[in-house]
Amino acid sequence: MKAMLVVEGLTVRYDGSAALDDVSLEVPHGAQVAIVGPNGAGKSTLFKAMVGLLRPQRGRVLVHGRAPGDQTDPVAYVPQREEIDWRFPVTVADVVMMGRFGRLGALRRPQAADREAVAKALDELSIAHLARRPIGELSGGQQQRVFLARALAQEPHVLLLDEPFTGVDATAKEALLGLLEALRADDITVLVSTHDMNTAATRFELAALLNRRLVAYGAPDAVFTREHIGAAYGGQALFVGGAVVVDQCCPGHEGDGAGHDHAEHHGHGVAPDRAGSNGGHGHGTAGRRAP
Amino acid sequence: MIDWLTEPFALAFMQRALVAAVIVGLVCSVLGCYVVLRSMAFLGDALAHAVLPGIALAYLAGVDLLLGALVTALLVALGIGFLTRHGTVREDTAIGILFAAALSLGVLLISSAGSYATDLTHILFGDVLGVSTTDLWLTGGLAAGVLLAVALLYRELLLASFDPVLAHTLGRRPRLVLLALLLLLALTIVVSLQTVGVGLVAALLVTPGATASLLTRRLPAMMAVAAAIGVASSVVGLYLSYYLDVASGAAIVLTATAAFVVAFFFAPRRGLVWRRLGETRAARA
Repeated sequence: MKAMLVVEGLTVRYDGSAALDDVSLEVPHGAQVAIVGPNGAGKSTLFKAMVGLLRPQRGRVLVHGRAPGDQTDPVAYVPQREEIDWRFPVTVADVVMMGRFGRLGALRRPQAADREAVAKALDELSIAHLARRPIGELSGGQQQRVFLARALAQEPHVLLLDEPFTGVDATAKEALLGLLEALRADDITVLVSTHDMNTAATRFELAALLNRRLVAYGAPDAVFTREHIGAAYGGQALFVGGAVVVDQCCPGHEGDGAGHDHAEHHGHGVAPDRAGSNGGHGHGTAGRRAP
Repeated sequence: MIDWLTEPFALAFMQRALVAAVIVGLVCSVLGCYVVLRSMAFLGDALAHAVLPGIALAYLAGVDLLLGALVTALLVALGIGFLTRHGTVREDTAIGILFAAALSLGVLLISSAGSYATDLTHILFGDVLGVSTTDLWLTGGLAAGVLLAVALLYRELLLASFDPVLAHTLGRRPRLVLLALLLLLALTIVVSLQTVGVGLVAALLVTPGATASLLTRRLPAMMAVAAAIGVASSVVGLYLSYYLDVASGAAIVLTATAAFVVAFFFAPRRGLVWRRLGETRAARA
């Protein structure tokens, strides 16, 4: 199938050190990709470069074979939540309508199509009943859904979600995975960054293992092998029986530089060791949370 | 009662004062909403004081004082934008440096002029009663320009203030928009100098907006309520000034402050009294 999202030799440096080194990816139309990697691996940097928030030193990003900047709303990006002033006097509907500003420009009044797109996005995330509420009055999970709804209201071709599973409970996480499932019908290409290797391995058809450079990319079974995980995580990966335990509590290196990556990376990620279970040594604990 | 209300404005200079005060109350309050939302109160105050050397130079050179103020305010706004652009200096540090330097330069120039002319003290504390017809046209023109820009840039200012990341991904230029906001702020301060003076502009920029934020939950409503409070404060302040024979700029600012205090305690939902009542009710239930 024709690749609709192409990343070619993307290289981003902060103060001389590479945050991303020659990363190339081709994502088929409508595919859903999990981007996995340790702290400072450049997951957020990759997304920021893809939406033009950072200018890469080398390489380029193409959507439908063209630069994203030449098109209206080709890529919607949902950053991590900390970057917003929640006391700002806007309602949920106001925020979601901002997703239409790319089409509306500076002055044109919202048309019926814009109001429909907003209503549809609010419905898809089950927050239509909150439309008139100020965003400051929402719970954390509701706030995340507002920004997802805004991204959907952009009617993008590519959706980038930065660490959407961080800091949400199991119910919210399942709801989000359900939404991703529903998006398949709309043929929206989705990239999700996460350090939850288990979810990446079981719920996405494609996974990319990133640590400044692209360690592996493809079907999860082929990506999450002992060698690849070892190469991406180095000494942070511990292989216990049939499971991989990744220690992320004490990052040695913050390579993303932009200062947005501090809150996200604390905790322990656990993932099934594909190499181990393929070898017939499954102890029935693969992929479960470590004690 | 009617006489009591109309008496002050039988005089031509009081009529001009009323028009000037209403214009200033309006434009300061509307733009002030962004000052409040973006935590730019310090910047507003600094910018106001920073126009002093320009005014002193204009006075020494014998040109219109407002013109001098306008040029310096724009220069300082651009200077703050330039210093913080490269991230080498924190914004509040850059503001502090430029603010103190410009204020000192102003004092230096004024003291070297020999006599503290009344014109200059009026710039410090405002002299709305001395507004000439020419001043009024200049004030009105600048204010109309600022309000028009705020209306045309509404979506851009909202995006750049609320979510610059989204603004970027939509292909907008939030940094440029924020520079435009700085320039509008500089213009607004110059517009307000004659009414409330250098020392009190910041209050008029911040107080009505802060009051409105306690009473509203959406930006357009906040701007409308702030404008109403700003205009009402100007009118009420002028009456107080006339009947109590006190300085008009100070009377206007204190009226706005009184409105804020009332809202702080009694605003529905967000006022202190309301929240205490809610707590008591919750405790009883």
